[in-house]
Amino acid sequence: MLEMTYAQAINAALREEMQRDGKVYILGEDVGVFGGCFGVTAGLIDQFGPQRVLDTPISETAIIGSAVGAAAAGLRPVPEIMFMDFMAVCLDEFFNQAAKMRYMFGGKARVPVTLRTVCGAGVGAAAQHSQSLEAWFTHMPGVKVVMPSTPADAKGLLVASIRDDNPVIFIEHKVLYVLSGPVPEGEYSIPLGKADIKRPGGDVTIVATSMMVHNALAAAQTLAGEGVEAEVVDPRTLSPLDKDTILESVAKTGRLVVVHEAVKNSGFGGEIAAMVAEEGFDYLDAPIKRVGAPFTPVPFSPHLEAAYIPDENKIITAVKEIM
Amino acid sequence: MALTKEEMLVMYRKMLLIREFEETVANMFSQGQIPGFVHLYVGEEAVAVGVCSNLGEQDYIASTHRGHGHGIARGASVDKMMAEIFGKVDGYCKGKGGSMHIADVELGFLGANGIVGAGLPLAAGAAFANKYLNNNGVAVCFFGDGASNRATFHEALNLASIWKLPVIFVCENNMYGISMCQERHQNITDVADRSTAYGIPGLTVDGNDLMAVYEAAAEAVKRARAGEGPTLIECKTYRHRGHFEGDACVYRSEDELNRWKMKCPIKRFGDRLLEMGLAGRDELDKIKEQVKEQIESALEFARRSPLPDVSELTKDVYCD
Ligand SMILES: Cc1ncc(C[n+]2csc(CCOP(=O)(O)OP(=O)(O)O)c2C)c(N)n1
Ligand SMILES: [Mg+2]
Repeated sequence: MLEMTYAQAINAALREEMQRDGKVYILGEDVGVFGGCFGVTAGLIDQFGPQRVLDTPISETAIIGSAVGAAAAGLRPVPEIMFMDFMAVCLDEFFNQAAKMRYMFGGKARVPVTLRTVCGAGVGAAAQHSQSLEAWFTHMPGVKVVMPSTPADAKGLLVASIRDDNPVIFIEHKVLYVLSGPVPEGEYSIPLGKADIKRPGGDVTIVATSMMVHNALAAAQTLAGEGVEAEVVDPRTLSPLDKDTILESVAKTGRLVVVHEAVKNSGFGGEIAAMVAEEGFDYLDAPIKRVGAPFTPVPFSPHLEAAYIPDENKIITAVKEIM
Repeated sequence: MALTKEEMLVMYRKMLLIREFEETVANMFSQGQIPGFVHLYVGEEAVAVGVCSNLGEQDYIASTHRGHGHGIARGASVDKMMAEIFGKVDGYCKGKGGSMHIADVELGFLGANGIVGAGLPLAAGAAFANKYLNNNGVAVCFFGDGASNRATFHEALNLASIWKLPVIFVCENNMYGISMCQERHQNITDVADRSTAYGIPGLTVDGNDLMAVYEAAAEAVKRARAGEGPTLIECKTYRHRGHFEGDACVYRSEDELNRWKMKCPIKRFGDRLLEMGLAGRDELDKIKEQVKEQIESALEFARRSPLPDVSELTKDVYCD
């Protein structure tokens, strides 16, 4: 095992895939010499040159639209949108073009775009630079949605995303970039649509995504001290969703808490809860609980922001309510 | 209409106020006292002050992520701005917005903005409202050279041109969008050239020359109030600091920075006032001292203000 940060793991996946396949290229704002706003693409321009690492103007519609066109014409673009919040200015290119092209064309097109972007609060970046908008994309047939929580997952899932022939949105979390962890040596990929049990336990299932996996693990640790063994399931890919792993876990524990950083209203947690209610109702010994952010934009003041983000205590409270 | 000595000294004071405000924010940021991202306006003061000095009560401005200067030039309270940047309850947005979202709608300040290029259609809309209400008001949008590559720039200019909206689009061409120099992000040197495509007047001025900016804006505002439609004004300028605080600026040279520092708009205007005999050195020094005191007290205000109560988290999402 190697030890690297989440940002380094993503960088390594990009480097390896660009080495392996000459059709893979990167485009985005400040991804070249600047190395990306969070340093994720650092050094890639030195190795692959400006033909394959393209600094773009501030033109998100052209970044995504051109990537979709290039993908349909045989390339494998990996565009970066600096903050997920900016997806709002180029949604058509992803939603009405990339997502639907294959279906509309009767299965005759492939759009292998891997759109990398970054979500998440926690750095005082306020309402237009902190959102978790994954539910917009899980509502889009034709798009795969990936949200890695560890360096090892980030690397393996990005490799799989780039090799996938479908449009993928790969959602990184800005607070996780500095997280360090073990990463397998050599080439590997993690299949899309496969959840991971981050901590086994028999008393309650906590399904958590992205940054919230870490808060759920912290909560599980505290709960273990009180005699409650929580199983923490990280779906890793939200669309397609690994229902089986979640249902098997709930079959074992009989209890489910779903946690995400996005606002709770119409969040992806509702989808997981509904899926379990539909397909695993008989396993449940208690009502399902959802933990998410309140229905507000992300506040600036660190003090309010801390109250906004679902933390360990809110997860523990939700678990205790159904124990 | 020639400016009076008093008006010129007010403009000088405003530029200094922006400079002092920004340097204080930089200082506080480096001490870890300010969270989040801050983008400072040091070096570009003549643009905001030159343009906003032409505005009256009915007028609106829309700003950018680099918005502190626009707010101060429009007459916003430095106390409330500083408190906002510190995330305190007495800030303009009760601490909910921070540096990138400072706004005072009653003052005609439609806010800083975290989305590059978002202000252009907003300003067109404010101009539309003024025209609709027939109140003789105009709207100004500040935006960067980088923003001129966004779809919103093109759509807003086109819309404003066909509807003859009383709006002034002010491009602050500081030659970079983060790390991208203008030469790499667009195939033209003068953003004002783009006005041709929309059949509106476009002009390029020295953005570090307060009087040049003032006069160009005066003409554009006059045109807008007369119902003759929008103008695009490009102000060539430079940011002395990084894109955001903490930016190592690997994409530009120390040399280039120093050359621009020599063209400091505040020093330049101060020298002009001295040359024209409109002020003595002691008078300018006194203004500087007063500005320093004003910013010190803004800092005090911000420090003393409490953090917002947690109950604020879920308030203000909707109107009651
Ligand atoms: C739609 C959108 N894309 C990208 C960004 C990230 N970003 C923030 S400021 C900036 C550069 C803006 O350059 P310019 O318009 O020239 O303004 P300047 O910073 O030079 O004042 C970028 C790319 C953003 N905030 N919004
Ligand atoms: Mg610029």
